[in-house]
Amino acid sequence: MSEIILSAKDVVKKFGNITAVDGISFDVKKGEIFAFLGPNGAGKSTTIKMLTTMLRPTSGLLKLAGHDVTTERDSARKSFGIVFQDPSLDEELSAVENMELHATLYRIPKKEQPQRIEEMLKLVELWDRKGSLIKTFSGGMRRRLEIARGLLHEPKVLFLDEPTLGLDTQTRNTMWRYVKKLSQEKGMTIFFTTHYLDEAEDVAETIAIIDHGKIVARGTTEELCKQTETKSLEEAYLKLTGKEIREESTNNDGLNFKMSLRNSRLR
Amino acid sequence: MDLNIIYVLWLRQIRRYYRSGSRLLGTLGQPILLLLALGYGIGAIYRRAGEGNYIQFLVPGVITQTVLLSGIFWGIIILQDKRFGFLSELLVAPVSRLKILIGSALGGATISILQGILVFAIAFVFGFRPYHWINVPLAFAILVFMCLALTSFGAGIASSVDDFQGFQGINNLIVLPMFFLSGALYPLNNVPTFLKIITTINPVSYMVDSLRFLLANQTHFGLGKDLIVMSITFVVAIAFAVDRFNKVQM
Repeated sequence: MSEIILSAKDVVKKFGNITAVDGISFDVKKGEIFAFLGPNGAGKSTTIKMLTTMLRPTSGLLKLAGHDVTTERDSARKSFGIVFQDPSLDEELSAVENMELHATLYRIPKKEQPQRIEEMLKLVELWDRKGSLIKTFSGGMRRRLEIARGLLHEPKVLFLDEPTLGLDTQTRNTMWRYVKKLSQEKGMTIFFTTHYLDEAEDVAETIAIIDHGKIVARGTTEELCKQTETKSLEEAYLKLTGKEIREESTNNDGLNFKMSLRNSRLR
Repeated sequence: MDLNIIYVLWLRQIRRYYRSGSRLLGTLGQPILLLLALGYGIGAIYRRAGEGNYIQFLVPGVITQTVLLSGIFWGIIILQDKRFGFLSELLVAPVSRLKILIGSALGGATISILQGILVFAIAFVFGFRPYHWINVPLAFAILVFMCLALTSFGAGIASSVDDFQGFQGINNLIVLPMFFLSGALYPLNNVPTFLKIITTINPVSYMVDSLRFLLANQTHFGLGKDLIVMSITFVVAIAFAVDRFNKVQM
């Protein structure tokens, strides 16, 4: 049996009276590509924030690479890389400078830094732009650099929170090509969220669907279709989560502003 | 190794600063304007009123104004990091928030110190001369102390507000009054009682006063009192920054 690298057990997150995540449990196996789907406000981002130490769960247990995310925060932090929903590069710095900053924050020895940075920038085909300031980069280049940066400290799990939002089809394809390569060649575990169901269908080995803070289904695309008696992931998804439009419910007042800002910058 | 972390965070601030020429020009424009408009405009009346050389009196006030604005406006970088996402990268790194704050704030303070020194140099063009050069290193030490306190204050404010309008509001409500009601521009000897009360509780008054004592040999409160108030301000500002920054959520 494969080793479990990421697990959630009865995890609850409340903001005042609102329960954003309502007792979810799941496991992710080492090397697995795991898609976490759900409508706006279903609890996806809150879950990712808890898994990546940015929010503390109200109750429940989260384990990442053997470390309790709440009590062994620094060890947990070293074992994952993340590409955030919103851009998170310093635009006034160059690609290499962003990478060096990350390398030092993750305590990669100075001697090893140049070689690792070169390797990662080559992986995402940005080595020839290493000295350029990020403000001159396109949305797709920024995303690629964020992936390279997330991988720099050799994490065991890579989180991608809606990594292709606002990217064109070509860039999306290239990005998923990298992700598959990472999974195949390095055995990296990938945990991602997306609103594009075709991406989840193409890339993910296991899919979990969250709605109203609860996991409503989990399995491969085939299993989800079988379970819901539908023919595609999209049909299965709509059957499980309903067809009505969801309003963004958020614990962060700034999220909507950031989303619209991000879209306007990347498109 | 951890000094390395503080160093790279410091370096990030310095790099951002020297790449942004407009910021340098913007922050030096105001002191030059003050020296020109007030130094020459009011200088003549000041002399006629028997108060002596106004430029000598004004320069410590203008240096304080520069580091006050630069220190607090440096907080905008924290706000930008918060709004544009870079702070997420810092906050999920296996580094304590205190180190992130120290490294970044030291960078901000360094920039303020440089600007204070630049204004000091520019003041020479306007005819300013320090009362005694022997006091200049001490004035520099006070400047460093002030910049650390003001940058921390800026970081605390930036961590407390969520948007740029909020920050602008703080500027109008707190920073500008702190400057104008500090004795930076006028002597505090004969001001009306209400203004005397405000200037006495305003920590910036003591910053101006200490620099004025060391650079122009004029004091209202006395250096001892200045140093006590500034030390308290320093501790409070740092506690405020640490507390607010620890509460930032992305």
